[in-house]
Amino acid sequence: MKTAGVDVGAKFAKVVILKDGQVIARAKMLVGFDVLKSASEVFETALKDAGLSRNDIQRVVATGMGRNTVLQKPPINADEAVSEVVADAAGAYQVVPTVKTVIDVGAEEGRGIKVEGGKVKDFVINERCAAGAGTFVEAMARALEVKVEDMGPLSIKSANTIPMNAQCCVFAESEVVSLIHSKISKEDIAKAIHDAIAGRISSMVLRVGVEKDVVLIGGCALNPGFRPPLEKELHTSIIVPDFPEYVSALGAAVIAANPMR
Amino acid sequence: MKMTQAEVKTQEYWRWPEYRRTVSEKDWRNASILTAGVDIGSVGSKATILVDGELYAYSVMRTGGVSQDTAVKVTTWALEGTDLEIGKLHYIVGTGYGRVNVPFAKKTITEIACHARGAHYIYGPTVRTVLDIGGQDCKAIRCDEKGKVLSFLMNDKCAAGTGRGLEVFADLISVPIQELGKVSLNVDQEPSPVSNTCVIFAKAESLALLRQGWPKERVAAAYHAAMADRIVDLLTRVGIEKDFVITGGVAKNTGIVQRLERILKIKPLEPKMDPILAGALGAGLFAKALYEKEQGLR
Repeated sequence: MKTAGVDVGAKFAKVVILKDGQVIARAKMLVGFDVLKSASEVFETALKDAGLSRNDIQRVVATGMGRNTVLQKPPINADEAVSEVVADAAGAYQVVPTVKTVIDVGAEEGRGIKVEGGKVKDFVINERCAAGAGTFVEAMARALEVKVEDMGPLSIKSANTIPMNAQCCVFAESEVVSLIHSKISKEDIAKAIHDAIAGRISSMVLRVGVEKDVVLIGGCALNPGFRPPLEKELHTSIIVPDFPEYVSALGAAVIAANPMR
Repeated sequence: MKMTQAEVKTQEYWRWPEYRRTVSEKDWRNASILTAGVDIGSVGSKATILVDGELYAYSVMRTGGVSQDTAVKVTTWALEGTDLEIGKLHYIVGTGYGRVNVPFAKKTITEIACHARGAHYIYGPTVRTVLDIGGQDCKAIRCDEKGKVLSFLMNDKCAAGTGRGLEVFADLISVPIQELGKVSLNVDQEPSPVSNTCVIFAKAESLALLRQGWPKERVAAAYHAAMADRIVDLLTRVGIEKDFVITGGVAKNTGIVQRLERILKIKPLEPKMDPILAGALGAGLFAKALYEKEQGLR
């Protein structure tokens, strides 16, 4: 059986194609102004990679904030849309069957999910404040004038703790500028930025409780500077699976394969 | 004049003008008490010079990277052309976010107390609710007939509902910040407010509206409407009682003021002087009272 999961996120669209429980293709792409067009393009790319066409796929499930854009709309024609939380739980369970807590940090949202046997028991979401999502690191990278992908590697070079007072993304930009003016090194500032976002994510996740195994997914899981302060805040080790940004799309594909769940 | 692309790009729409004024004909040499209130805000710094408890001169400028330097600069500028100097002032009180950085202040007092006191001076003893919308915070203050604080609520954690939120938006739509409010009122029908609270997300949402072909004015209206809604939440939680007044830099934005009036169905009192000065004025008045106490005058 072949199924596909399409995760239309705030920033990236991700597609995973499954064949009898095995991933045979994955693709991602920046979501442009036309959400349906971007999602369709990335879907076609994944199909091409797998050497398949839409007719070869029995079921497609969509998730992510743009999931309804692709629901029953050609060329994707998603059969069903599920929430990010449900897809995250199913995907994390697929990659780490012992998972009890999922932390998903995307471009514009952060989520903490309590999971049992791949099913959601409880969850908490921040979708209102950029300071608790990947956008925060991006905005700070701009203020620091470094590439966003260099932020994590820079931060793990620092062993210093510099507190950041601002909780708001806009205010934090000014704070980063004043830290630069006070001659604090880029490494230390990058670390302070990651400590700050990790602090906010952990206090959110603690509201649903943290139980091992803890799995970190979403685009921010690709950032090596993010896991260490998060582990410190939560006093636990955290598993980052391979391709963490695809876990939600994978979950959608798994759900597509088990319509009677 | 035809502007080149480069010039257009370097214009800073968020930057508001700095200014100073001498507002009294009085001669300070005949006065018995000379005080100053210095309000070092997170975005703007204000200095007021008071002669026997009346506003004599003032200055308003942007807070620089080093608050101490700004405190000296803004106070010196307020005194410019008056023959007065910092050493001749009897008592100086510092207030605002950077109040501990006013080197020549004898005492610091919170901006909450100073805004209530200053609003009492600007608008009179009937004031019961003061809304102060500053550069990086928003405060709703309840006070009594003497300008004493009874209770307050404050947002200083989030840029939504503060002057900084407007600065970001001014840059986005390329409209000078002083004109933003007026521009936002230039619509036939009020659109739905921008749905995101966070300034970063609201900016992205506004950009999407512009790309959909919405005119600037309409997007500005949606943005201002959202900001007004957020401020109303804060006000409602502290409770609003007449007379109601607005202070701080954002009090000059008619788009916010008129929308607040529309939602609350309460007309804020017209300011008799620059409402950005409320905090500094309050500090200057406290300085006078403290000096009198020190000298055994009361």
